[in-house]
Amino acid sequence: MRTTGTTGAIAGRLEQLRGTLPTRNHNARTVAALAANPGCARRGVLDAAGIEKTVLADRLGFPARYGGRSPFAIGRGNVFEARVKADGGTELRRLLAETLGAHPDAGALIDVDHESAGRPSREERVARTRDALARAARGEPDACAILDHPLLPLDVAGRRAYLEPDAMACRVAGRLYVVEIKSFAIIDGSADPGKLASATRQAAVYVHALRRLAAELGLDPDVVATDIVLVCAQDFSNRPVAVVLDVRRELATTRRRLERLSGVEELLGELPETLTFDVDGELVGAAVARVPAAYVPDCLSACELALFCRDEARGCAPGGGSVGTLGTSVRGALGGIEDIADALALADGRRAARPGEEDVARLLRRAQALRAEVLGAAEPGSRAPGTEVPLSEVSGGVR
Amino acid sequence: MTAVATVRPEGDPAALAAAATDAVLADLASGAHRGVVVDSPPGAGKSTLVVRAAGELARGGERLMIVAQTNNQVDDLLVRLVEEHPGLAVGRLSATGYRLPPALVGSSVSNAEKAEALDACVVVVATAAKWALVQDRRWPWAIVDEAYQMRSDALLLVARLFDRALFVGDPGQLDPFATVDTSRWHSLSYDPSQSAVVVLRRHNPDLPVHRLPVSWRLPASAAPLVSEAFYPFTPFRSGTGPGERLLHFGAAVEHDAYDAAVDVAAKSGWGLLELPARFTAAADEEAVRAVATLAARLLARGGTTIGERTPDGVPLDASRIAIGVSHREQRARIESALRDLGAADVVVDTANRLQGREFDVTVVLHPLSGRRDATEFHLETGRLCVLASRHRHACLVVARAGIPDLLDAHPTADPVHLGVPVSFPDGWEANQAVLAELARHRVALPG
Amino acid sequence: MSAIAALGRLRAAATGVAQPAATVRHRHLSAGPLVLVPYVLAGEAFAPLAVLVGTDRDRPHLLAVPQPRDRDRRFAHAAELGRLLLPYLGAFAAETETIERRSEDPYERSLDAPQVLVPTAGGVEYLRLLGRSTRFRRTDGEFAVAQEVPLLGRWSTWLADRAGVPGSSVLLAMTDLLTQAWVTGQSALEDGDLAALLAWIDPPAGQRGDRAARAVEGGPTAGPATDPAFDERLVPLIAAFDDAVAAERDEAAERDEADAAGGARTDLGPRGRDAEQAIRDALAAELLPTWDRVWRGVELLRALPSGASVAGRWEADRASYSFFAAALADPESRPQPRVPGAISAAAQLAGRERAQARLDAEQVRDDPLLMAAVRLAGEAFRGELGAVDAERMVAEPGKKTARPRPMLTFATDDEPLFGPGTDLACVERPDAKARVLATEPGRVVLELRGGMGGGKAPKPGSVPEVGEVLCWTSLIAEFRRGPDWPDVEDTPWTHGGPPPVPEPEAAPEADDDALEDWS
Repeated sequence: MRTTGTTGAIAGRLEQLRGTLPTRNHNARTVAALAANPGCARRGVLDAAGIEKTVLADRLGFPARYGGRSPFAIGRGNVFEARVKADGGTELRRLLAETLGAHPDAGALIDVDHESAGRPSREERVARTRDALARAARGEPDACAILDHPLLPLDVAGRRAYLEPDAMACRVAGRLYVVEIKSFAIIDGSADPGKLASATRQAAVYVHALRRLAAELGLDPDVVATDIVLVCAQDFSNRPVAVVLDVRRELATTRRRLERLSGVEELLGELPETLTFDVDGELVGAAVARVPAAYVPDCLSACELALFCRDEARGCAPGGGSVGTLGTSVRGALGGIEDIADALALADGRRAARPGEEDVARLLRRAQALRAEVLGAAEPGSRAPGTEVPLSEVSGGVR
Repeated sequence: MTAVATVRPEGDPAALAAAATDAVLADLASGAHRGVVVDSPPGAGKSTLVVRAAGELARGGERLMIVAQTNNQVDDLLVRLVEEHPGLAVGRLSATGYRLPPALVGSSVSNAEKAEALDACVVVVATAAKWALVQDRRWPWAIVDEAYQMRSDALLLVARLFDRALFVGDPGQLDPFATVDTSRWHSLSYDPSQSAVVVLRRHNPDLPVHRLPVSWRLPASAAPLVSEAFYPFTPFRSGTGPGERLLHFGAAVEHDAYDAAVDVAAKSGWGLLELPARFTAAADEEAVRAVATLAARLLARGGTTIGERTPDGVPLDASRIAIGVSHREQRARIESALRDLGAADVVVDTANRLQGREFDVTVVLHPLSGRRDATEFHLETGRLCVLASRHRHACLVVARAGIPDLLDAHPTADPVHLGVPVSFPDGWEANQAVLAELARHRVALPG
Repeated sequence: MSAIAALGRLRAAATGVAQPAATVRHRHLSAGPLVLVPYVLAGEAFAPLAVLVGTDRDRPHLLAVPQPRDRDRRFAHAAELGRLLLPYLGAFAAETETIERRSEDPYERSLDAPQVLVPTAGGVEYLRLLGRSTRFRRTDGEFAVAQEVPLLGRWSTWLADRAGVPGSSVLLAMTDLLTQAWVTGQSALEDGDLAALLAWIDPPAGQRGDRAARAVEGGPTAGPATDPAFDERLVPLIAAFDDAVAAERDEAAERDEADAAGGARTDLGPRGRDAEQAIRDALAAELLPTWDRVWRGVELLRALPSGASVAGRWEADRASYSFFAAALADPESRPQPRVPGAISAAAQLAGRERAQARLDAEQVRDDPLLMAAVRLAGEAFRGELGAVDAERMVAEPGKKTARPRPMLTFATDDEPLFGPGTDLACVERPDAKARVLATEPGRVVLELRGGMGGGKAPKPGSVPEVGEVLCWTSLIAEFRRGPDWPDVEDTPWTHGGPPPVPEPEAAPEADDDALEDWS
């Protein structure tokens, strides 16, 4: 495994790229999102530089649509988490006993974020977390059983990030378990696979950070379980229910992605020495464009910059653009042809196949011949849908 | 990497295998369990175990039924059964229009369309589909072969026919599939789209599970890699040691990349014939030609395989070579290319249909070769496992360069379902492990 | 993805005009569908916020829940929705035809069935959750709900279950219907947004589809999940409503303590009604564009001819409807279980796989554009019959008598990949069955094996004639009967054994939801 340290030169380059742009502190969500499109150099550089992509998207004139959360969802999430942890974690203890088959030791629930003299600083919370962990792992009799709002440090491309798991079960049969509390529902034993996946990926980031912390403390990393406890709402109620999830796959992915992020120097090597994203108006688009992106439609639900990259990939000239904007399955059917107009020129026989394109050219021409046979010669550009019908008055019936 | 708790079994392979088999038979004989599960890595003597267990149960006076998944598997088992137990009354339950293969014509196997006609048989063998149609019969014992390939809904249809059963299969191969979205059933302990063994064990967690520790098929060059890449928690070893399996070829024909790849594979048991990096459509004609040419070259070089059972050597003819692919279209195109090269007798098939089969040398078109994006289908661990574990002597992989980059850029966003066991290692890790080994046996084919 | 489909997307992207993805419509489109546009509250497992519903484009009914976390209001909403939907859903059960069956008793099948259209696949999930959250509700006891509520739950469950059967048309998402018919120049993911999809297919006059699609992005969402930005606007409106309700309750209590307990908890005074109206106005403005788009989609789809086998699949929907309506009418019947048992789950999967196989085979037969993709993949060919040996007789292995096996030689530009021995079906002659004897570039030789009658010579007209252009494919729908599943009480030990029999006198299923408070 490569080190995640970044040499001074790289740190300097990243700082120059960032300029006075606001930074974003990585959290579990953003670390987990590193796996969304690892082939994208633009994203790799921006993430390594820790730039707040929402601000950059605004400056580019393509405000991010991804990432907003409803106030209703936030409210419900907070109420639910508080309920699970209420009364010294009574409910949480019951759930842990049910799912892990062993009662957490009778120790206390300790809130790392508790206020003694004012709100604790981040380093203070990290210190409290380390201390609680070490004591629990050593099996000290008065160690806590559940750690609330622990704070875990993790180096992401040389920058310190602070991760905040919902809770940790500190001593269940001698092991530590990450507890993730989500207010989405498990109905009749199943839950939304997408929400489960994102909860699992986040939890894996915590497990990763925790295992590193354990190693720092001179403990066996395996003291941190690779199973996590996910607490959700049961059916349509507010009552919590817990399940155990195996996050070994996601843990391996997290590790791979963090390693790759530390390989940012290769990406920087391709960029002009003086490049910075901290420029005004029109220039910022040109600066960002210097770093190649790998836009695919899935970016729309995973990256703040997606709308800018989509616009760029579609190209300015009508009828052009990258085939990737149409989705990876379209791209996969076209072999290595990258440009829409180019693919059509090949299909229509308006240009000859270059060496290596013979298979795709034959396929596209055959496909074009079949489409023409079925749809008639008028097909290219023909208008498919039905007749124009004026929209009628519709609001009359409301209420 | 998560620490692997288990270590590869050490010691005399024959003794290890015998001990495992004895333990299985003892569990069967004890009558203490309703079911016994045996996990078998590729070529670990699964059929031998089935045939032996059938013999033991029959000797104990029990009638038994054997469930296989395909007609070919039924026939293969029958051939082994009559070989090993010549006196045994064996029946084959078949669909209308089925005809016994030449190897069974004139044997003691009774063939019938109705179970009533086979009541005198001690052992009756049929496919799961055929067993599903049998009414009003019950057997004290069943052996379910290739049970990890069987969907649990198929088991549901036949489980009423037996009291107890031995389930045998390879957990590392391709999972059974369905043609519709099955996510709505994933949280059910009896998910009909899951494999028969997974559902069986969820409902009967106390059943004994045995593992066969020795692959008799895979050579010493392949077993460690296949074990580590695909069976990290249940390691196995090869039955033969280094140098016990030999592959010799005549003089090189053209002294080109094909000859070089053949020579590399003869020496090391692996070969990677690498085409220049390029994204291609599903049918990559250049790769198709390379695969067919490589198979034809293997034949043209007049190979000889020497092994523990054939110390005098056996000519490597077309029946001992197979080509493995991922898509039917690739199969059709390679078959056509083989016809042009006069090598039409070489078997070409998809990973699905190569499951359970064995050859001396295999040529594999890598599932990720030439792909623009890796997909779940092409990354599936079981697919690569099947393709990389069919051979007794050597496996030659044909691929375009650039697969490691493809893997690196692959986004991970697999949905998660409650109650579905995580398959581990994932396709990414398994692919990396195999590529790392292949890179050591690489021959570049100029474009 | 087939290169045929990929090419459609490329062409659409290049021209800014959506391209045909099919030459016919592959789903039944009712003469009078019911359109339902739902919204739910974010963050909750299932809390309906509003629906626009109706069978008349000009008269949508708006049902809104001003405080979705209030349980009483939620079930009042479900009852109101039930009063609108149930008459429509039940209306088709009366008129039936008698269908004879080979080995079973005849049954009554309704002549038509309801069809519910929702904007996106999320609408199907909405009905599934609506069904799950209402079908077990009791109409008596402490948490009694109106009688429409559990009935609506059972109908919603039937609709959502049926929607999972490939080829069914009782509950359809407009985005699915449109993407089956047309392909746009954006990705499939973006096609999931009804506004952008429809803008591509049906842009304002004189505008390119790509421009039109970009113009509507970020507008009101088709739901059922709301736009977080809309929620920000909704928060103060709901707070105002809560205040109004609290104030009115206080006033009522002060004014007349005796009467305060009399009215239903959901009754509102003038202030409450004003606050409710503000919420309704906001929701109506957000939902109406989607309502219009769904109906516009209906118009576009109506202009397409319907596939030849669509009516046959609709018969299966009508049969399912009749069986369900009959079961519902039985006072002893129980709501659909929370999860299927082992046997039902297996039967469902098998049934859906059969429906999928049937759909795949029928769609390509009905639609030359879909068949073109099959031809391109080498699993079909279309060619002109150049030579016929109608007299050819062959004795099959193991058979004594020779049967007619006419030999047909076709010329084709297609490149079928099937080898000798492959069985084929014919699009133009549905009865004909043939087997491949040989394929070579430009030529396919077949042996006709079925559809010729049982005589010693083929029945007149059953052998194609020279010059006929025919399409043959190896995709053959086998209408196999499903297996005989064991009875529930015979569930084997491998699958957990028979489930515990639900006792008729047992306590009603716990009303989890009713016991919770919701704020």
